[in-house]
Amino acid sequence: MFDLINPSRIFHWIEKLINFINSIFFILLIIALTFALILSPPDYLQGDSVRIMYVHVPSAWIGLASFTSIALLSILNFIFKIKNLNLITKSIAPLGLMFTCLAIVTGSLWGQPTWGTWWAWDARITSMVVLSIFYILFILAHKLIEQEDKANKVSNIIAIIGLVNIPVIKYSVDWWNTLHQPSSIKLDGTSSIHPSMLLPLMLMLLVLLLYCALILLMKYKTEIIRIKKKNIKRI
Amino acid sequence: MLTKKVKKRASFLSLLLIFLIIAVFFILKSLTSNILYFKSPTDIQLSQDIIFSKKIRVGGMVKKNSININNKEIKFIITDLKHELAVSYSGTVPNLFSEGKGVVAEGKLQDKNFFIADRILAKHDEKYMPPELKDLMKKNVK
Repeated sequence: MFDLINPSRIFHWIEKLINFINSIFFILLIIALTFALILSPPDYLQGDSVRIMYVHVPSAWIGLASFTSIALLSILNFIFKIKNLNLITKSIAPLGLMFTCLAIVTGSLWGQPTWGTWWAWDARITSMVVLSIFYILFILAHKLIEQEDKANKVSNIIAIIGLVNIPVIKYSVDWWNTLHQPSSIKLDGTSSIHPSMLLPLMLMLLVLLLYCALILLMKYKTEIIRIKKKNIKRI
Repeated sequence: MLTKKVKKRASFLSLLLIFLIIAVFFILKSLTSNILYFKSPTDIQLSQDIIFSKKIRVGGMVKKNSININNKEIKFIITDLKHELAVSYSGTVPNLFSEGKGVVAEGKLQDKNFFIADRILAKHDEKYMPPELKDLMKKNVK
């Protein structure tokens, strides 16, 4: 099963995928931005600042999804010791950190005109800050610990501990009184966002996911090259 | 695949996760009063020991037809549909502050029914729609 992601075998597939995503990425980006910035209507209460949501919400989702996948891969890695998974989690982490920070910054920019404050220590916002701290710890573990085996072990444990934070972020708006509104799109698929605003949101999500795939593949490629340079034939 | 070492690591991890979940559960439970960003008018009515000198946040809905503006002072009523709390505030309010919408007021309690705020935050709900639709809905209601 794990042969599918064997680094030496999929190397040229990565090249092909990167080229393919590159060819469609900018067209999709322009389409999504046109919908998000021009074609979609302003909100009845927030006016044009609703457009911040089209970056904020997908970024937050990607931040959460990245950490969840890092943690799940870390569990697999911790139990079965598949060294290849380390390369994947290592490649996801910077992306996840970037999108988590993007969600926090855009949220702050949105909070000023709507709530009337840049920052509030409510449960949702605080737990997102905790998530970004876990990302930073994970990346630092790889940067600071010289021995690779030890670095992998420590970063795996950090990711597994951070996994507990994920449901806290998701349900913080339901469990406690927060300034942050509850989610508009529920897990069962119902949404309280008008379809004319849902379309640009989904388009932006698609574009940002493609961007993630692009960066992830490039990062994974560099990690493989780095290992090959060390003259290790099999990993 | 399932050697002894693998089993050992798996059981170690599941123990670690169970322990973590229980620990986080208790930490969050004991911190609940700090995690709550604001109190509702009902919380204030029911609580026994209110410190009047300490700043708190109260949140709820602005009661319909309760906003009263005179000479830079804004008076309104926060309700959670069970209990109400009168609020007095002087200063600028956020754009989204209006009747029937969520609000969070920061300030000090004078007594259980009167609150002097020095900051007003608007709470947005999870509904997003274009303005034309809102007008249509208003017409249909009328």
